Amino acid sequence: MADLTTTFIGITSPNPFWLASAPPTDKEYNVRRAFQAGWGGVVWKTLGAEGPPVVNVNGPRYGVVHGADRRVLGLNNIELITDRPLEVNLREIKSVKRDWPDRALVISLMVPCDEESWRDILARIEDTGADGVELNFGCPHGMAERGMGSAVGQVPEYIEMVTRWVKTHSRMPCIVKLTPNIADIRKPAEAAKRGGADAVSLINTVNSITAVNLDSFAPEPMIDGKGTHGGYCGPAVKPIALNMVAEIARSAETRGLPISGIGGITTWRDAAEFMALGAGNVQVCTAAMTYGFKVVQEMISGLSDYLDGKGFAATSELVGRAVPNVTDWQFLNLNYVTKAQIDPDLCIGCGRCHAACEDTSHQAIAMGPGRVFTVKDEDCVACNLCLDVCPVEECITMRELPEGAVDPRTGRVVAGYANWTRHPNNPMAREAAE
Amino acid sequence: MTNSQLTPGIVPGRLSPESYAGNFADIAPPLDPHEVQVAADRCYFCHDAPCVAACPTAIDIPLFIRQIATGTPEAAARTIFSQNILGGICARVCPTETLCEGACVREAAEGRPVAIGRLQRHATDRLMARNAHPFPRAEPSGKRVAVVGAGPAGLSAAHRLAMKGHEVTLYDARPKAGGLNEYGIAAYKVAGGFAQAEVDWLMGIGGIAAKPGTMLGRDITLDGLQAGHDAVFLGLGLGGVNALRVEGEDMAHVLPATGFIRELRQAADLAALPIGRDVVVIGGGMTAIDAAVQAKLLGAETVSLVYRRSRAAMGASVVEQDLAASKGVRIICNAAPLQIIGNGAVAEVEFAYTGEVAPEAGGRPGLQLLPQTFRLRADQVFKAIGQTLDEMPKGLALAGGKIAVTGPGRTSLAGVWAGGDCAAGGDDLTVTAVAEGRDAAEDIHLFLTGSAAHG
Repeated sequence: MADLTTTFIGITSPNPFWLASAPPTDKEYNVRRAFQAGWGGVVWKTLGAEGPPVVNVNGPRYGVVHGADRRVLGLNNIELITDRPLEVNLREIKSVKRDWPDRALVISLMVPCDEESWRDILARIEDTGADGVELNFGCPHGMAERGMGSAVGQVPEYIEMVTRWVKTHSRMPCIVKLTPNIADIRKPAEAAKRGGADAVSLINTVNSITAVNLDSFAPEPMIDGKGTHGGYCGPAVKPIALNMVAEIARSAETRGLPISGIGGITTWRDAAEFMALGAGNVQVCTAAMTYGFKVVQEMISGLSDYLDGKGFAATSELVGRAVPNVTDWQFLNLNYVTKAQIDPDLCIGCGRCHAACEDTSHQAIAMGPGRVFTVKDEDCVACNLCLDVCPVEECITMRELPEGAVDPRTGRVVAGYANWTRHPNNPMAREAAE
Repeated sequence: MTNSQLTPGIVPGRLSPESYAGNFADIAPPLDPHEVQVAADRCYFCHDAPCVAACPTAIDIPLFIRQIATGTPEAAARTIFSQNILGGICARVCPTETLCEGACVREAAEGRPVAIGRLQRHATDRLMARNAHPFPRAEPSGKRVAVVGAGPAGLSAAHRLAMKGHEVTLYDARPKAGGLNEYGIAAYKVAGGFAQAEVDWLMGIGGIAAKPGTMLGRDITLDGLQAGHDAVFLGLGLGGVNALRVEGEDMAHVLPATGFIRELRQAADLAALPIGRDVVVIGGGMTAIDAAVQAKLLGAETVSLVYRRSRAAMGASVVEQDLAASKGVRIICNAAPLQIIGNGAVAEVEFAYTGEVAPEAGGRPGLQLLPQTFRLRADQVFKAIGQTLDEMPKGLALAGGKIAVTGPGRTSLAGVWAGGDCAAGGDDLTVTAVAEGRDAAEDIHLFLTGSAAHG
């Protein structure tokens, strides 16, 4: 078993799996159960400023998108930050950290956008023994209407300013949590870095309406006939999150900035993918909210086995390994030619590849007598759609044409690497040549 | 309860009231809503789907399953009924394992097909529960059509003709409509009086006048029908049964299995129905299975189903064979009856084992009796070795003992169509009879509206 001990911005935890700031980390009771189950760390549910706590709705807080057999594919929520008194949270944080010194305990914070408020809250948490703070600039609902959460996260100048205040008034490591509800995720990350953040964490939830009730004509979750946008999370948002993590990991301005990966991580494999794209550790919420805290045990054994299989001694050897292979479209090899091929022994004859290709793509899959499906190499552009819709694993694969072979579709000989930047059809390339 | 399974002879009341109720309850109860979702979700929505090709009525199965999956079971039911107005009973009695589900790609992939039959039942039940008829009737055409036989073929033809606006008179020799569905199928497949409920619902299209208790050749003639109608459809079924042709066949308690099933289906009180302690069923088709299983469920101590060929050659599907075995029916293959032994009433049946010899002209191997024999005790013997067409009106050409037809059920007589078991071709399945009735009705419609040749 590989040792999963991970040190992230100086905070060491027995594994890279932290619970994200969310309902599962709102109370001592939950956090103790999480640590007992094996979670490496938690980011305590966001604390607000001193004074009367926020209030939550008393109707549904969550909306859901189900897959087959009611599998939770996506969850959205309209819950606000902690609605428990600050003193209670602080007391509990201190108590838990005292009993679980080996686990990471980071406190999420969200207070009004003035230096005074931030200095006050930082002073209040100083003696809890917590390992760090995470600035909640991501929450897209409710708090954003009051100028906090994603209202800050959508303005890079605010991020930089608040981060600087935090670093000025606290010696704690500081993670800035980013909202995905923005056009270019690199901008807030750059701002956080400029402000002195030790790391960024992303993504927070995506603005969303999960469903519309077609009888009452209101969005779900519905509160007394009305609904509001909530924050979307769970497996459905993972591809969005992976891209945003990769963008920060490979950008010249933010390269090397530690990243805590968040967004639909459900299994060890999801976690490994985030880490390969540059996340130093990961945070999980929906998987725990769907299955309970025990899911971490599969993540631990799975990641450990994977590291062993790859001969990696530590998670740090995995982190960022895929980053060099994330590139711009213009650098993709246009002379890389593949063709779909269908394994007739594995084919069960459903014909989805044919329907997809015939109706919506390139008419490159023939349906012969006896429901035998074959790829027409002369028409196949290797789009991969057939493989994607095939219900049988490995039935359709992409075969690479070797250099020197003739592509039956174009009649051209497969040559070595060449990309768009030098392609004759590229007006920019022509200008460069002239 | 004075009798038990061990009481000698043929007696009623071998079981407790609860046992009768349990034994004859719905054998495949409806899926619950979540089961429906899970089952529907498994459909791959195949292109030009093999299940549709395997369905004699060509129901658009992927479409109706998708309609179920998206929460519109009544739309699913309309998809089903537009092809097969008896989709409710077909969902219950079709040997789906050899038809749609046998062709399902998930059967090929993992040996577990999409539960098409049970999903079809879900959809059809939902719409029929409202007693809503899904189709409007066309403007009256002024044409009159006689449909003889209110079984699956006749009902299907009558409905389609009525829907097209024609006036249909639906004759049947028996007191109730439904044919095989009402009289010839195991009770546990159509629990809750489904067959009659379905007939009532089907008649909701309007324009069909039922004439029960009216038999062709006894109460009406084909000539008379032709004279009084613009077209005639014959969906008579098969009224006769094949004889065993062995010594002792005329002894008491040696009876057609079809009669036993009919009586059971019409019995007001199953506990009052006498059954032997030892029952022998001869045959290997669905009727044999239905008789054997129900004999066991009525409390017979031993029920043996004896078939002259191999298990693989049985007309009953593997699912039906397994059902029989699970209910305690002993299936003996490769054995043919030699003689029925008894003193006025059957007491034993002697069988000889059989061996295969070179194929007959039709391709099936011939059989020869081997020297090894055995005897089975029997209070009752039910014969289920095939059914035959009753005597037909003159002028109607026959083929292979059935009414000869070309194309969509056109007989040798102008203006007369036939379909279902009485017509040549086909495969003795309810669903095939429905398809033939429907297609003949479409052809009749073309004829009546002046655009087809079979006049």
